[in-house]
Amino acid sequence: MTETKTPSAGPADPSRRSAIATLAGAAAATSLPLWARYTHAQTAAPIRIGFQMHATGIGSAYGRWYDRTTQAAARLINEAGGINGRPVEIITEDDGTDPKRGAEVVEKFATQHNCDVGYGTLFSHVVMGSAPRAGELQLPYFVVSEGHHVASGKLNRWTVQPGITDVKSQVMAMAPFVAETLGKKVTMIFPDYAFGHDHRDFFTEAMAANGGEVIAKLAIPPTETSFTKYFPKIPRETEVIYHVMVGPAVLTFVKEMGEFFGPSRPAIFGFIDSLEAVDLASPGLEFLEGTYFWEGMARYAQPDQTEFDRHYRAAIGIDQNGASTRDPKDVSTYAHMFGCWETLYVIKAGMEAAGYAGPADRQKLIEAVEAMTEWPLSNEHPQGAKLFNGKTHQVFGPQYISKLEGGRLNVVQTTPIEAGFYPDEVDYTTRSF
Amino acid sequence: MDFGPYLMLASLEGAVTAAVLALMAAGLSLVFGVMRVVNVAHGEFYMLGAVLAWVVASMAGGGAAGFVLALAVAPLVVGAVAAAADVTVLKHLDYDPERTIVATIGLLYILQQLTLMGYGPEARPVEPPFNARIALPWVEWGQGGPQLYWPWGLSITSYKLFVIGAAAAVLAGLWALMTHTRIGLMMRATQLDGEMAQAFGIPVERVYALVFGLGAALAALAGVLIVPIQQAHYLMGGDALLLSFIVVIIGGLGSLAGTVIAAILIGMSDGIISVFFSPTLAKIIATLLVAFVLVFRPEGLMGKRAR
Repeated sequence: MTETKTPSAGPADPSRRSAIATLAGAAAATSLPLWARYTHAQTAAPIRIGFQMHATGIGSAYGRWYDRTTQAAARLINEAGGINGRPVEIITEDDGTDPKRGAEVVEKFATQHNCDVGYGTLFSHVVMGSAPRAGELQLPYFVVSEGHHVASGKLNRWTVQPGITDVKSQVMAMAPFVAETLGKKVTMIFPDYAFGHDHRDFFTEAMAANGGEVIAKLAIPPTETSFTKYFPKIPRETEVIYHVMVGPAVLTFVKEMGEFFGPSRPAIFGFIDSLEAVDLASPGLEFLEGTYFWEGMARYAQPDQTEFDRHYRAAIGIDQNGASTRDPKDVSTYAHMFGCWETLYVIKAGMEAAGYAGPADRQKLIEAVEAMTEWPLSNEHPQGAKLFNGKTHQVFGPQYISKLEGGRLNVVQTTPIEAGFYPDEVDYTTRSF
Repeated sequence: MDFGPYLMLASLEGAVTAAVLALMAAGLSLVFGVMRVVNVAHGEFYMLGAVLAWVVASMAGGGAAGFVLALAVAPLVVGAVAAAADVTVLKHLDYDPERTIVATIGLLYILQQLTLMGYGPEARPVEPPFNARIALPWVEWGQGGPQLYWPWGLSITSYKLFVIGAAAAVLAGLWALMTHTRIGLMMRATQLDGEMAQAFGIPVERVYALVFGLGAALAALAGVLIVPIQQAHYLMGGDALLLSFIVVIIGGLGSLAGTVIAAILIGMSDGIISVFFSPTLAKIIATLLVAFVLVFRPEGLMGKRAR
């Protein structure tokens, strides 16, 4: 901050002084055209969005791409005139993919950085650790986590997930395909913590509703590095293996599964979470050829690619194979990171609807977002059209089922938004701020 | 799967874990035995070995040649880094036990974060030089005596067998180095009494740098061997360090034979208990074992009582 000093002596030649001031103003206006865009706002101070980034720790591969997506979207928003005539500034803090640190980061956003909102958390345990603090500090907290914890009612009125569909909805949309196309008897392999348990519970229910059955559930500790010893627990009558693993050991998991089954394997359906940021041409992954994946958004550009997907890829710098345009080995977390992009645009729309002017309007912002219902497929929502449920603070969108063929994922089915609907479990709008 | 084949599968998996663990723990034990330095950064040398294996293999264009090159280059580079750290940092702390712990913790973070900055957060694989799946038979007593059959899923890969063999060969070489060579003699003399060794003209400082480098190179070698099975990731050193400490405490600090026995014990029990009961129980038992050893036999299974 620079302070302007008032000269102690009075102006000697007022008319000359004001002439200089006018000239300086004109010079500033021409030399800094960026200012001009924000001059119709009451204040040109930037809107500060606190970005809670998994820069280190087990979530860092995701964190890096969440960051790139966020920066690209913020750049576009600023180029188009910012929010309410004010530029957007992204304040990034590393949370180490750690719940305790996450809560501290939220606190920093609210008290130290004077952020207007907090945003961008992915890993569910970090969300669970951070959201209560955001609620206490009355900081609007926009998570991009796909966890069911928002819609389950476990969090608070300040926490919203408007950019990515939750796990419960995702697995409900997948179950009909698995039961009808792949087989009725399923063995599930999942990490032994909240994220995996969501999959276990909701998919078991959804399979039963579709006439299938989960015959075995293999919970694997999140720190495990070798998997062969678990595979004999897979019952022989298994028709489909459903896998959703996360963390750095997933490649080992897939490789060892291939070595275990050898030439005779059941059908396999997995969540791409297992292989986000992983090159599908990596040695050991040949085994997955011909298996199916859930994708939040298609990593490989499809023949029916929309102009919105093209726009989105170009803005971040992603090629047709979902890798960085600068380094084809630098593969993105394409199935999740669109959530950052779309969430930023929801924050923008919410702030515009609420006439957001500063932290005093935080409550108005939440109310404005709660009042929203749908967003069409567009540059702002390139993953697909969305329906937003203001009561549960959760968004719903289409899901994609892809088959791995010739080392690339081809979309074989797009599930409609309605396939992931379930009865509301909470009404946050009745809760106090 | 029947109990018998299942047990065999679990044991084979346990043996791979044990082999890698033995290599790594031998390095840790060597450093402590000779230098009395608790090297907390040991896990990062393991990680560095794996990461360098990826770097070397991808620069060489992958394939078997890339892996063989990595096997030769990565331990040398890591050993050199460690020796440099010894000369520039540990030496200036006079190998004071407490201060070296803090210094190696610092080294741990420096190596880890530099890797994150340079190599990135992804887990990257290295192609094994060979990786045939070998289906294993099992004996069954049917009508008319015992007969062989091939149970579903009972298999191992040729590369995993190679890891077990390579680890055994390297450990045998290390043992021969320590017991049958002049440099081994110097190390043992330094281990017994550093001041006396110096008085007899042994360049103790150089021996220290060599031992620290050798210990790190062993960890790096373990990293190179494991990377075609697992992947190189900048956080992989953490768990490996913990297990190595457990092995070294149970086996007896500074004892190579004890380290190998403890590594087999921990690796196998981890494989078998986590299959038939739960992985958490395997960790509980390993930790409990450490506690018992510390209470009833503080010098470890094969360690010599401090004089």
